[in-house]
Amino acid sequence: VTSGRDDFTDMRRNLAALLGTLTTLVLLFSYHTSLDSSAPTPSAAAPQTPGSDSSSSSGDSSGSSSSTSGSSSSGAKTYTGEVADTRWGPVQVKITVTNGKITAAETTQVPNENPRDQEINSYAVPVLNQEAAQAQSAQIDAVSGATVTSDGYIQSLQSAIDKAHL
Amino acid sequence: VNERFVHVEQVMGMPVSIHVRGPQARTDPDVREAVVRAVQGLHDADAIFSTWKAGSALSRIRRGELLLADAPGEVREVARLCREARDRTDAWFDGWLPHGPRGERLFEPTGLVKGWAVQRACDLLRGALPAHDVLVDAGGDVAVAGNRVDTPAWTIGIEDPRDRSKLLATLELRTGGVATSGSAARGAHVLDPRTGEPAGIGLLAVTVVAPDLVTADVDATAGFARGADADRWLGTLPGRTALVVPVAGPARTVSGTTLSALA
Repeated sequence: VTSGRDDFTDMRRNLAALLGTLTTLVLLFSYHTSLDSSAPTPSAAAPQTPGSDSSSSSGDSSGSSSSTSGSSSSGAKTYTGEVADTRWGPVQVKITVTNGKITAAETTQVPNENPRDQEINSYAVPVLNQEAAQAQSAQIDAVSGATVTSDGYIQSLQSAIDKAHL
Repeated sequence: VNERFVHVEQVMGMPVSIHVRGPQARTDPDVREAVVRAVQGLHDADAIFSTWKAGSALSRIRRGELLLADAPGEVREVARLCREARDRTDAWFDGWLPHGPRGERLFEPTGLVKGWAVQRACDLLRGALPAHDVLVDAGGDVAVAGNRVDTPAWTIGIEDPRDRSKLLATLELRTGGVATSGSAARGAHVLDPRTGEPAGIGLLAVTVVAPDLVTADVDATAGFARGADADRWLGTLPGRTALVVPVAGPARTVSGTTLSALA
């Protein structure tokens, strides 16, 4: 039992380090558009120790790095990272670990104070669609290409798009 | 009624297209006012950073008449972004280019200024028009933004450098920047900052999608300059998506690092 708890403590420390990495990545990736106010607040993920041994969490409070909460499904546990101060503001990440593997990650707290924060939050990594482009059927709003000169613009796709909406 | 208001402004030596999409976009005076302010900001940036105007802050810095530390806040901010970009790209993007026989360096932030000015205009429009989606395209570098989540994303095409009337790919983007670096429109204009020689051997163009246009622009420039190493380097960047067009062969999609790679 004792060794099991030590393993668990080690695991938590590893996860704490990992959560720091995840925090940065999640912020950059912003899989979650957090413009709505329905995102879970930090208090919603109150510290809760898996199993019945509460001393392991309180005794390990020096790090205060991560809190855990048991989940209902068998073998799956969720871990909430510490609030990390980033250049965009505070960020907190929750991950779900199933059988030792991270199976889900989400931000529970994101900066949302100024337009740039919202921009970062609402950025979702896009997928390039090369097949649609070949069909030329898509409704295009803008064209990215090597710098267009004033002369080049007259014949450019962007010029045609602009004209269509003027 | 969702409408689209389009304004094209000739500024910074290129046509800049501004699209505002949303309720009463064509008649709402707030939309007009926000666009006027955004356009003014672009002209202000041009006045500060123009190398053609002898009295611009940048021209005075380059002549040694003005210290960077005494320059307007916009210049110091751009200089800071240039230093960040240089560090992040292992100096494949550099705002201080070789100049002169003894290795002197000249402050040349032009490659970053356009993306910075366009992103600033886009941020201004988004802040002023919370119910609208906005798009700013400056000569092929595109910034989009919006607070809404119930509207369609913008569809952005990536042009074929071999035939500029065609598209190689499209993407859906609600917020972020798309920039292309290459040699299609102006000849070889990307230089190796270490040597001052033309760079991007073997490539026609590199397009990068990033959370903001400054990042996209810097990474497209640095990625293109790296030539054969472009795909590998772009693949190390979190949250980026890139299209690399080689001189020979089909275009290649590169995805930056993702969360799933950790799981």
